[in-house]
Amino acid sequence: MSHECYEKREWPRGSPHNNMNIWNFPLLPESASTFAAHIDLILEFLLAITVFFSVAIGLAIIYFAVKYRHTREIDRVHSGKSMLWIEITWTVVPLIIVLFVFVWSSGVFYWTRKAPENALPMFVVAKQWMFKTQNLEGVREINSLHVPLNQPIRLSLISEDVIHGFSIPAFRVKQDILPGRYNMTWFQATKVGTYHLFCTAYCGDQHSRMVGTVTVMEPKDYEEWLAGGKSSAVTASEAGEQLFNKYGCITCHKANPGEGRCPTLHGLYGNSVKLVGGRTVIADEAYIRESILNPQAKIVAGYEPVMPSYQGQINEEGLLELLAYIKTLKVK
Amino acid sequence: MSDSHSSILSHQFETLDQQRASAEFGMWLFLVTEVLFFGGLFVSYAVYRYLYPVAFAESSQTLDMWLGCFNTFVLLTSSLTMALAVHAAEAGDKRKLIRFLLFTMFLGTVFLVIKGFEYHHKFEHHLVPGAHFEFEGPEKEHAQIFFFLYFVMTGIHGLHMIIGLGVLSVLILMAYNDRFSKEYFNPIHITGLYWHFVDIVWIFLYPFLYLIGHPK
Amino acid sequence: MKNYLTQDISLKSWLLTKDHKRIALLYLISITFFFAIGGFAALCMRLELLTPGPDLLKAANYNKMFTLHGISMVFFFLIPSIPTVFGNFLIPIMIGARDLAFPRLNLASWYIYTLGALFALTAAILGGVDTGWTFYTPYSSTYSNTHVVLMATGIFVAGFSSIFTGLNFLVTIHKMRAPGMTWFRLPLFVWAHYATSIIMVLGTPVIAITLVLVGLERLFGVGIFDPRLGGDPLLFQHLFWFYSHPAVYIMILPGMGVISEIIPCFSRNRIFGYEFVAYSSIAIAILGFFVWGHHMFITGQSVYAGLVFSLLSFLVAIPSAIKAFTWTATLYKGRIYLRTPMIYALGFIGLFTIGGLTGLILASLATDIHFHDTYFVIAHFHYIMVGATMMAYLGALHFWWPKITGKLYPEFWGRISAVIVFLGFNMTFFPQFILGYLGMPRRYHVYPPEFQVLNIFSTAGATILGVGYLMPFVYLIWSLKYGPDAGNNPWGATGLEWKTVSPPITENFTQIPTVTEEAYDYHQEPMPDLPEEAM
Repeated sequence: MSHECYEKREWPRGSPHNNMNIWNFPLLPESASTFAAHIDLILEFLLAITVFFSVAIGLAIIYFAVKYRHTREIDRVHSGKSMLWIEITWTVVPLIIVLFVFVWSSGVFYWTRKAPENALPMFVVAKQWMFKTQNLEGVREINSLHVPLNQPIRLSLISEDVIHGFSIPAFRVKQDILPGRYNMTWFQATKVGTYHLFCTAYCGDQHSRMVGTVTVMEPKDYEEWLAGGKSSAVTASEAGEQLFNKYGCITCHKANPGEGRCPTLHGLYGNSVKLVGGRTVIADEAYIRESILNPQAKIVAGYEPVMPSYQGQINEEGLLELLAYIKTLKVK
Repeated sequence: MSDSHSSILSHQFETLDQQRASAEFGMWLFLVTEVLFFGGLFVSYAVYRYLYPVAFAESSQTLDMWLGCFNTFVLLTSSLTMALAVHAAEAGDKRKLIRFLLFTMFLGTVFLVIKGFEYHHKFEHHLVPGAHFEFEGPEKEHAQIFFFLYFVMTGIHGLHMIIGLGVLSVLILMAYNDRFSKEYFNPIHITGLYWHFVDIVWIFLYPFLYLIGHPK
Repeated sequence: MKNYLTQDISLKSWLLTKDHKRIALLYLISITFFFAIGGFAALCMRLELLTPGPDLLKAANYNKMFTLHGISMVFFFLIPSIPTVFGNFLIPIMIGARDLAFPRLNLASWYIYTLGALFALTAAILGGVDTGWTFYTPYSSTYSNTHVVLMATGIFVAGFSSIFTGLNFLVTIHKMRAPGMTWFRLPLFVWAHYATSIIMVLGTPVIAITLVLVGLERLFGVGIFDPRLGGDPLLFQHLFWFYSHPAVYIMILPGMGVISEIIPCFSRNRIFGYEFVAYSSIAIAILGFFVWGHHMFITGQSVYAGLVFSLLSFLVAIPSAIKAFTWTATLYKGRIYLRTPMIYALGFIGLFTIGGLTGLILASLATDIHFHDTYFVIAHFHYIMVGATMMAYLGALHFWWPKITGKLYPEFWGRISAVIVFLGFNMTFFPQFILGYLGMPRRYHVYPPEFQVLNIFSTAGATILGVGYLMPFVYLIWSLKYGPDAGNNPWGATGLEWKTVSPPITENFTQIPTVTEEAYDYHQEPMPDLPEEAM
């Protein structure tokens, strides 16, 4: 009866998913990240507000409908007093409540949008209809992501085709995955286990089968798992270096600033770059990706526009690997 | 009310003035919707010009600035003749009304013919977006976006002009058949509003499309 | 004397009518047809979702079903519904005019709607569209292999029907009020439609041009929304939601107008804060244009943009809250009659409150991360669009049925249906809040097995809801032949429409009235009894 995506799935021993069936199902999601408790608290507050006002209005309606029903003879004379104070109260009180929630929620949101410095980078490339993940060690997975417990993880997300969504409900994490542009999300998992990963942005035919799992492991177990996967894998930055050589980038981009016809990439990532025309930009992931695919968009001051475009030659995973490599290039 | 009044006053209105005011207000509202309609295109234009200033500037250079300038002059003059037509209608002068409506149509047609030459030129130089698009230079796709916006914006503008010409010809027929008088010339008046609007859209299109200089 | 129905019964007189009342009925037939189509699609979806696996429909067809459901319901049913049927029928009469300002434009609006509908139906019959009613790029502009251009054309054309209706209403309300009908004597139904018309006129052109751009991109392969060609898929989302968010206010404001008519009548009380309600309608219309980005909080747009949109989304809740309190307060010291329209209206207030407050959870940035694109959003908007708007629509249908048809519907069946609709609705959509919290994504054809029981509840509720909708269809048509005559004012209601005969004469009034009373001039007086045959 249930779909193969979920049937064939191997839930680890002890996972509550093993016992889940039609009659044994949760009414609340798992809470497995540092975000969950904070977001749930705001939710609980808003639910309380919802219940309060819905019940208050519902009860008032029932009370008035009964007390003032037409068959009843009761004093219906209106006092004629001004009710402005009521109207002002019921305008101002909700206003204060919503402003309070706005500030609170915005603070939490801002936190979710700023990955900590010590976050471990990983990447996710989405395509119809799978998630291809990779960590810096070069271990790749399809529709699966293994992460260590209590370690912030920072994900760079990009799509090869249409807009996808990256959602881990148990972590209260969700971010759209766009083509042509990196999006970022981060989390810190707080509970060992295996959790649902869903694509939440409708992406065509097999959208509802674009699902997977996120597995959180004790650091020891994670190291073991990594070691198992690493043996055959080249790290992301090593793969990037291979591409760097293969596509001839090395011929122009030398380690020393004076050498070569092109600016050096050593010490580039994260620093500012002066462009022809006077503008200054920060060399972030988006800048580097754009410079590989569309080098004419931003020419570095003092250099000629001679770099060819690699559009169509290097796929998104390759670009992410090149990025990983370029990030390792420090000033000599 | 006299018989001639009852035939020009629609049954839902109480007075001719109410009818006139309603028609005018209705046309202003319609023009507001047109602002929003073109607005979506101007927003798209703004976004892509911001992203690709060089490609836009280079593409803009391929447009004939003087031809566009002449066309602007043509349209401005047609707005003048349209205003004069409205004035003639107000005065109840049938001959002048028809004459100025014809002038306006003529100028509108000149505009469209020149536009036609421009489109033809683009077609010959493979600057029409799509499978046969060619553009020298590294930013071919971005230039294609410029030309796409060029064709859509001027094309929809042109479509509005063609509709305007259709309306004008109907008005000329109506004027010829003595349907207008000093007391009733609403259709002329509101068509004038429409025509001026279409003119104003061009006043924005021309600099944004034809006059983009190179960024520093 | 002949009324607007009996004046001329030839088909030609109907198809070439300029009478706003007949045009209203033409729309009634059209939108009911699309309600059936959208309802059929919903039925297919809910049946499929009874089990976690695929059984009834292949994935591709499921995707086409939810697209058909959204497009039919949003563009061809909800957006026209109350304005084109009740707005068209009632606004001229309520303000003391003989017709709308532009009757021929009104008829043209119906034909334009029908033309758009034909395009949409053709697209559906030829195999449908699988992009969702939101047409997100680049899927819709490049990747989908379905009849996107044809369907987009249908929506584009139908949009002009909406624009012209709004334009007609605005001019009518400004220029054609009877002597003495000042702005603040207008029924709040008229204020609601005035605000709605502002949105229709300003917002719809933007989606029109957006659909043109998608269509052209599909036809010419230009990259305006395709990142591989330098385009930006998010530009589509901004343009799309710039209309589609205000569109939801097009869908709710008229319903609020209906409730503002029903509550005072069935409480025999003046409405509590007339000016606040009138101003809040305008406030919602204006503020509603500045919140579209709340559909895009997790697209990677800047945090600052998110902050602005979140704040404004919270603020737009305030005028709606004011209305909910106002309607409730109108019951105080009234003389309450729980007839069918009132049951719908009271149900509206409760369900709108829940739906609106769950909207705050989505307006709040942090919680939206979790709930975006899940069943929580679906539950939220169905609480408003079905729980509120649909109930307002049915309430309006029952309240003004005597005026429109001259007949009374059977009150007993009316009340039962209203209760069945209320219960069926809650059973359908409440479990979806929980499913959303658990993380079940939208537009999912197959799902994890632990979500099954909640889905079964939802489908069971949908069946009950369907029964609740079918019942009025049956007894209202029955009443046309067998219902007792209504008389001019079976509800003892205020408002100019109740001063005319039922059904009204074609010109609405033998003489244009001069208005001297304030709106809702009730004094807790009893309502006329219903005749035995109408119970």
